[in-house]
Amino acid sequence: MAECVVLGKPCFLLAQWLMTGVMVGSIYSLVALGLVLIVKASGIFNFAHGYLMLLGSLFCVTIFQALGEQNLWLALLVTALLMVAVGFLIERAVMRPLLGQPLLTTIMMTLALTQLMQGLITLFWGVSAIPLNIFVYGPGDMDPATGAALTGLPLKPLILESKSWLGGNIIIKQQFVLSFLVSAGLVLLFTLFFRYSRTGLVMRAVAENPRLAQAVGLRVYFTLGLAWAIAALLGAAAGIVQSGGSGVDGNTIPLLALRAFPAVLLGGLESIPGAILGGIIIGVVEVMVTGLVDSTTGQEFAPFLVLILVLLIRPQGLFGQREVERI
Amino acid sequence: MSAQRLSEWWPLALAFVGFVLLPALDLLPTELLRLLASIGTTAISVMGLNLLLGYTGQVSLGQAAFVMVGAYTSAILARETGLSFWLSMPLAGLAAGLVGLLFGLPSLRVRGFYLAMATLAAQFIIPWVIKAPEKLATLVGWLTLGLVHPTWDSTLTGGATGLQVPAPVLFGSTLDSTRAEYLTVLAVVVVAFLFQRNVVRTRTGRALVAIRDNERAAEVLGIHPYTYKLQAFFLCALYAGIAGALQAHFRRSISPDAFTLASSIEQLGMLVVGGAGYLAGPLFGVSLFRLMQDIIVRVTPTLREIVPRLLPFVAQTDVDTSFRPLIFGLTLMLFLIYQPLGMAHGVRQLAARWRARVPSR
Repeated sequence: MAECVVLGKPCFLLAQWLMTGVMVGSIYSLVALGLVLIVKASGIFNFAHGYLMLLGSLFCVTIFQALGEQNLWLALLVTALLMVAVGFLIERAVMRPLLGQPLLTTIMMTLALTQLMQGLITLFWGVSAIPLNIFVYGPGDMDPATGAALTGLPLKPLILESKSWLGGNIIIKQQFVLSFLVSAGLVLLFTLFFRYSRTGLVMRAVAENPRLAQAVGLRVYFTLGLAWAIAALLGAAAGIVQSGGSGVDGNTIPLLALRAFPAVLLGGLESIPGAILGGIIIGVVEVMVTGLVDSTTGQEFAPFLVLILVLLIRPQGLFGQREVERI
Repeated sequence: MSAQRLSEWWPLALAFVGFVLLPALDLLPTELLRLLASIGTTAISVMGLNLLLGYTGQVSLGQAAFVMVGAYTSAILARETGLSFWLSMPLAGLAAGLVGLLFGLPSLRVRGFYLAMATLAAQFIIPWVIKAPEKLATLVGWLTLGLVHPTWDSTLTGGATGLQVPAPVLFGSTLDSTRAEYLTVLAVVVVAFLFQRNVVRTRTGRALVAIRDNERAAEVLGIHPYTYKLQAFFLCALYAGIAGALQAHFRRSISPDAFTLASSIEQLGMLVVGGAGYLAGPLFGVSLFRLMQDIIVRVTPTLREIVPRLLPFVAQTDVDTSFRPLIFGLTLMLFLIYQPLGMAHGVRQLAARWRARVPSR
């Protein structure tokens, strides 16, 4: 049988990258969902989302370690409660004073928030990456070679038999599968929540015109606080899913959130399905380019080239609405 | 009458003595001159941002990347062609302006914060290109289906390690003292400031303000927002490029890792705190933050002792890196909430109150 080769690379590798890309993209979808949520609720583009991700995963690590690395579910629960508090706190202390201010002021505020959170996180947790052991099966898992406690992922890579028709087996790290399942579940959960609950509608009303929403009796402040709380939760989830494999790294996680920005713009600023699709596309682009060229090109160039192309060709994104203005 | 005339020119005279005469006669400490030169260099770039954000109402998250374009253009021209600094500096500004246009073209058509997004892309793409130009060359080769094969490689830009840059030469003497740096920066700051002031007073400047205040209304008045926004963005990047050239030739070396998103955000913050849309805003904001950073550096040894004692889980080394963003973020937040128009506005209010005071007899 002839070797299957496309673009100078064997087909099974391309297929493997495609699948990995979708799974990596699911994390971007989760990040993008958190960004879109804030846009929908308050019209603010939250540049500090990456630091919410980082904070969430650091909370999780610290609590998990404080509990003796025994009880992951309890650690996740406490992290979730803390993040809800952080979300309400951000809305109350930082964003509410700016209600009604121009877009520029709110952008500056989320940028200020990135710096403040970076400073606080560096102060409390330092700059070096912290291993997160949540995928280790249980207490007492040892590295068979050294006898040291395992800090990495002991999950075996998944091998898909495809040698007969693609010329090689597709190998996928199980941590990606796991993060894909978690991300997909959360994305589904929140999509349903916004479609079938009143909250989504209230959030749109609040975003459209906070004063009018207040006048018809909607709880504007609470809704905004809730939006920030849910965004903080989503951020934490994305952060934990991402760092479950590689450890919590204060340098890579905020950068990862920045790569989700092209995803949001590609999908359309206010569209939840758009955010999901955009995230997956960015993930695939990143992993494919990383495979074909190298990782800096895949991570620092390709997503942002997509961003420029979106601005050039379809600034409202795939599912976004073209802005209609009434004067 | 003469007293009033006097009150108009004495601040200028005082400024001349303080900022020109004393340093020229070498009467100020080198450390102070170094601080002032650093304030001046950053202020030039922030003045560019002021034209864009303060007067036109557009956000750029890529100012540091355009500073980088200027720094590398000037450095490469000086290294490869031996071009004089006095020519390579304006060329660096021009190059940065043109690269800026490249990123402004797609995004300035649409309103809102799309320029922020495009410049965010610039903030990643530009360092990527400078660190490894050969990758861009490969890409150009692919996109033109192999018709063009550029031979750029990282010997030109120094790749990830950066470049050594020659010091500027004026009438045969090398300007490598802090005093020479300070005086050069001061001259450029004065020119940049006067240019900024004049732009704001022209038809263009008034069009920019009209766009900032109400883009639709400006359009109805016959102002073409796209053209003027492009002009503002070109000038913004041009200022960044000039600041970059100054930085490269007086620091004597440039590294691709020095032009980060954090630096872009910092410049935006300096502008907002100083007062966006006020001519003096950039000078106020940059001075405040540079002074604060200087103070932070000075008190760091003390903080290293105190903070871990109060909060036992804090490591000594983290104190150094965390206070700069912490104080910056906090200051910016407080200004956004309590004085969103910035220091320049506050100073103007104080001055008005002073002038309107009841004369006490």
